[in-house]
Amino acid sequence: MERADRPQGTWEDMTGTGEKGATAGSGARVDTSPVVSDEVKYSTCYMCACRCGIKVHLKDGAIRYIQGNRNHPVNKGVLCAKGSAGIMQHYSPARLTKPLKRVGERGAAEFQEIEWDEALDIAADWLGAIRESDPRKLAFFTGRDQSQALTGWWASQFGTPNYAAHGGFCSVNMAAGGLYTIGGSFWEFGEPDWELSRYFLMFGMAEDHDSNPIKLGLARLKERGAKFVSVNPVRTGYSAIADEWIGITPGTDGLFVLALVHELLRAGKVDLDYLVRTTNASWLVIENPDGADDGLFARDDHGDPLCWDAEAEAPANALAAGVTPALKGRVTLPDGRSAVPSFQLLAERYLDPRYAPETVAEETGVSADTIKRIAAELAHAAFEQEVVLQRPWTDWAGRRHETMVGRPVAMHAMRGISAHSNGFHTCRALHVLQVLLGSIDTPGGYRYKPPFPKPVPPTNRPAGHAQDVEAGQPLPGPPLGFPLAPEDLLVEADGTPRRIDKAFSWEAPLAAHGMMHMVITNAWKGDPYPIDTLFLYMANMAWNSAMNTADTMSMLSDKDPDTGEYRIPRIIYSDAYFSETVAYADLVLPDTTYLERWDCISLLDRPISEAHGPADAIRQPVVQPDRDVRPFQDVLIALGARLGLPGLTNGDGGPKYPGGYPDYLVNHERLPGIGPLAGWRGTEGEHEGRGAPNPNQLNKYIENQCFWQHELEPEQRYYKHVNQAYLDFAVEMGFISTRAPITLQLYSEVLQKFRLAARGHGAARPPERDRKRVETYFDPLPIWYRPFEDEVNDEAEYPLHAVTQRPMAMYHSWGSQNAWLRQIHGFNKLFVSSALAEEQGLENDDWVWITSRHNRVKAQIRRMEGVNSRTVWTWNAIGKRAGAWNLAADAPEATKGFLLNHLIDELLPARDGGYRYACSDPVTGQAAWYDLRVRIEKAAETEAGETEPRFPAVVPPPGLAAPPKTLRYGAGFRKRTGDGR
Amino acid sequence: MTSLPANPPERRLGLVIDLDTCVGCQACVVNCKEWNTGGYPAPLSDLDPYAAEPSGAWLNRVHTFEAGDGAAGRTVHFPKSCLHCENAACVTVCPTGASYKRAEDGIVLVDETMCMGCGLCAWACPYGAREMDVLGGVMKKCTLCIDRIYNEHLPEEEREPACVATCPARARHFGDLADPESGVVKLVAERGGMDLMPERGYKPTNKYLPPRPRRNRTGTTGAPAALEAAAAEGGFLGWLDRALSR
Repeated sequence: MERADRPQGTWEDMTGTGEKGATAGSGARVDTSPVVSDEVKYSTCYMCACRCGIKVHLKDGAIRYIQGNRNHPVNKGVLCAKGSAGIMQHYSPARLTKPLKRVGERGAAEFQEIEWDEALDIAADWLGAIRESDPRKLAFFTGRDQSQALTGWWASQFGTPNYAAHGGFCSVNMAAGGLYTIGGSFWEFGEPDWELSRYFLMFGMAEDHDSNPIKLGLARLKERGAKFVSVNPVRTGYSAIADEWIGITPGTDGLFVLALVHELLRAGKVDLDYLVRTTNASWLVIENPDGADDGLFARDDHGDPLCWDAEAEAPANALAAGVTPALKGRVTLPDGRSAVPSFQLLAERYLDPRYAPETVAEETGVSADTIKRIAAELAHAAFEQEVVLQRPWTDWAGRRHETMVGRPVAMHAMRGISAHSNGFHTCRALHVLQVLLGSIDTPGGYRYKPPFPKPVPPTNRPAGHAQDVEAGQPLPGPPLGFPLAPEDLLVEADGTPRRIDKAFSWEAPLAAHGMMHMVITNAWKGDPYPIDTLFLYMANMAWNSAMNTADTMSMLSDKDPDTGEYRIPRIIYSDAYFSETVAYADLVLPDTTYLERWDCISLLDRPISEAHGPADAIRQPVVQPDRDVRPFQDVLIALGARLGLPGLTNGDGGPKYPGGYPDYLVNHERLPGIGPLAGWRGTEGEHEGRGAPNPNQLNKYIENQCFWQHELEPEQRYYKHVNQAYLDFAVEMGFISTRAPITLQLYSEVLQKFRLAARGHGAARPPERDRKRVETYFDPLPIWYRPFEDEVNDEAEYPLHAVTQRPMAMYHSWGSQNAWLRQIHGFNKLFVSSALAEEQGLENDDWVWITSRHNRVKAQIRRMEGVNSRTVWTWNAIGKRAGAWNLAADAPEATKGFLLNHLIDELLPARDGGYRYACSDPVTGQAAWYDLRVRIEKAAETEAGETEPRFPAVVPPPGLAAPPKTLRYGAGFRKRTGDGR
Repeated sequence: MTSLPANPPERRLGLVIDLDTCVGCQACVVNCKEWNTGGYPAPLSDLDPYAAEPSGAWLNRVHTFEAGDGAAGRTVHFPKSCLHCENAACVTVCPTGASYKRAEDGIVLVDETMCMGCGLCAWACPYGAREMDVLGGVMKKCTLCIDRIYNEHLPEEEREPACVATCPARARHFGDLADPESGVVKLVAERGGMDLMPERGYKPTNKYLPPRPRRNRTGTTGAPAALEAAAAEGGFLGWLDRALSR
């Protein structure tokens, strides 16, 4: 074969006798002890949302090697494929290099380079005018933003309620379902007790959230002989190593879970003592059909809930220690009203035969025998294998207990159940199941990660009411929060949404993370009102982060024929890379890579704590940018100062944080003594949690490998919601405001209040259009209903479910610019069960049309055994627009890679009256990506070869060099090793 | 042709890979690439890295396949790199002496100064574990991170192959398979570690631990097939009648 030219001096130097080579014996041929690096810097990974600790080796100023930090609480030394490919992300040829101003039409990616001063002037000019007229005309939405504590606060300082990050299209159902039930949830909120669990049940796609901790945990479970069950239509990744894979039909997890509840109730296998002590099972619910108090808790004069004391045969304060509450029996209250313990309502509902395994088997695709066996196994693990720790602790009432008793059953779920229109109730059902088993924060069960548990729900309400928004003024609170009652909704008197995304409206009352997936459609329509500027950060809304991608692209570039102006007048975008969305921006603010900036993984934001203690972390610049780019957080702070935002300027109008983001991280105080970072507070770094700003704080973090962690005392580590020592600690740290025990809410009175409003009670009531919907979906006990797309599609026409899975080696769209990761996932295929392929006469690599009620996509298929036979699936976010990410226009990501997004309509079909609801959960507004229904048909032979739809290739903006034809990364390091000898 | 060491090495360093916990995440694959592209075999070149047909030299790859039909089958993630065979055909076939097996620890290496890129070793390797670096015109392969495992510049706990250190599922173990007291030998004994294609006689050093038996049927966990109803005597929620105290 022809031999390529050898690069200069890359191995000749390696042939000498390595001076350290003697260790290995035949050192004559190998240097076994080369110097690895000149310098090591610690930081935090950003190759996905997991936020592992990393140790970065530098040589000659370049990155030699990134490894996991052994001491870090998240990853304990391991690092996944994404994190290990950080070098290629950092040196990606798709990196933007300078601020850009649009000179061509939107979408054409024709830009002119400008200086930062001009860029900031333009932005300040646009935003300043908005702020002085109507701050709501700024819609500020961030994507996989890890600085939401800053960006959300900035939005409230600006005065716009139109802010959210990507949670609304990611997993708000998971978060809200948990926070409204147990004051915590999965992933950032809590984790399985990997060391003590005997039985682990995982639902749906969870490979990305979280990543390394779950892998570490699964290995630990298996080493200990615990059973692992994976409930997922697709048997890949984690499901592949499960003891048992349950290939459930998408969107039916809630029904499966409630059937398990049915079985447990039927057998009396619930932890009654736990229910009485830590939940609202005994609280009396008023039964007064048609009354304004129907379904609310009976309360005493102080507003405390009542239970029925079985010994005293009288109502009693349900929160008091020492009462002997009844869990069943209808009673008459002294005022004559009828009431019943909430547990009885729960039991009556789920003991109904419609939740029996035989009834749900067909719908879920899980046999009745399997459901019964899993229920029996849960009960066996929880009650026959209980864990007893000889560890004294004191409960909220001051009673000392000698042991900690645990129910070693743990669960986990993420997007797989979250991204359905029935996801909120499914998530709640899952938590109800855990609560009934008595496993929440007990040894072997699910464990809260501080700052969780929080009160149910957390105490912050969304700002953005009419009186909250005023020209030139900040909002009185954060734009996102947790409504407690209809009065907390952000609606006009007639029920019209006040936010551009319609979050916290009757359409999506508990939209705790906003509804980013609706912003562009609504802004384009001017529904509920037109906006002026769409300001996006790290959100690839012109591609894989949008439903209905093709129309979204059109909306971004659509003009009003009457005025010739864009319907969305201005778009500012910040990203480090040439993503698909860059082409649609009027002004591009280039961000740095994650290795070039300061960052903060804050307890005020999305924490990285572990169950045995809170933790936070920073990123430090490991290398300096070699381009004219700035960290987005610095830019936002500078822009805030130019706009004169109160929190970002001093009394004299000068910038409050002239040192940018690191200055803010150290000196900003959200409440007195509480700032972005909890470690080394106080002038000498002597405090944790609360304390004065410490000018040396960042150095302390760097000395401690860029993270801080506080280990809870052993007595504080379980029963946190009712544990006096933990609750005291949480108050001291500022996690919660009172020492009151946190009662788990099996029955949700909050939901019932919305239902009552829908029935015509109270001052805040839904408009007629929404009444039925609110009444149906605000059931105070978890319900299951078929996903909306099941309802609106003809089963015969669209017989298949279509979902995505997240490849463990890719995160959203970011990975495709990565020279290494794209060799692993360069394009995606549609995976089809062998049975279905047989039925349709499909062979591997055949091209098919995937058709939904909305659109069609052409893709190649791959047959597979481990998939629910009525489900097709593919990898998420592999398909790319030609030319984007500085990939060649004929890259397989563009020619063969495809998105299911094209098939998903962001709106449901019109209902009576013509209104089209978002394709979202009716409670939280969560984007229902996984509701998708399709059919597949073999494409004609002449159609084979390329995916469709495809779009004209975009040309990279100025400053992006043509990517190299070959890579020999690391050759230089080897040369230098030789030079040393 | 090149000779193997006259006597079997006293130490046989290698990997033990647990197919029960490997989730196919590719962490070992990419971390190997990352370490080695700047390490002993540097660089591990990539062709067409941002265009139509990206490819490159990787010293470790994970293959995923399914075994068995339908729900009863398994999805197997199978990581594969050089197995450092005792009878290394890649060495004996090498016409230049570039491929060799180290006498002291059994690691099979390529001395690139002597490699002419003929590819015979790749042809001879029964496991397909060799990687041609097309740009360099030389053969590359797993070195068991020979520039880590003895490296005095690294803290002692980090002196293990990059793939082992990074594996999030702790599915990779490194040690001396000739030492009966080593952790890897014990692990192989305990879990029934296996050779790949033992019938071919290459005597690979690396071992694979088979998946543990799945507990997916009645009788495998100690639990009954279904729960008994509890309310027979006390009527609806009869089991709820005991006194409870908050």
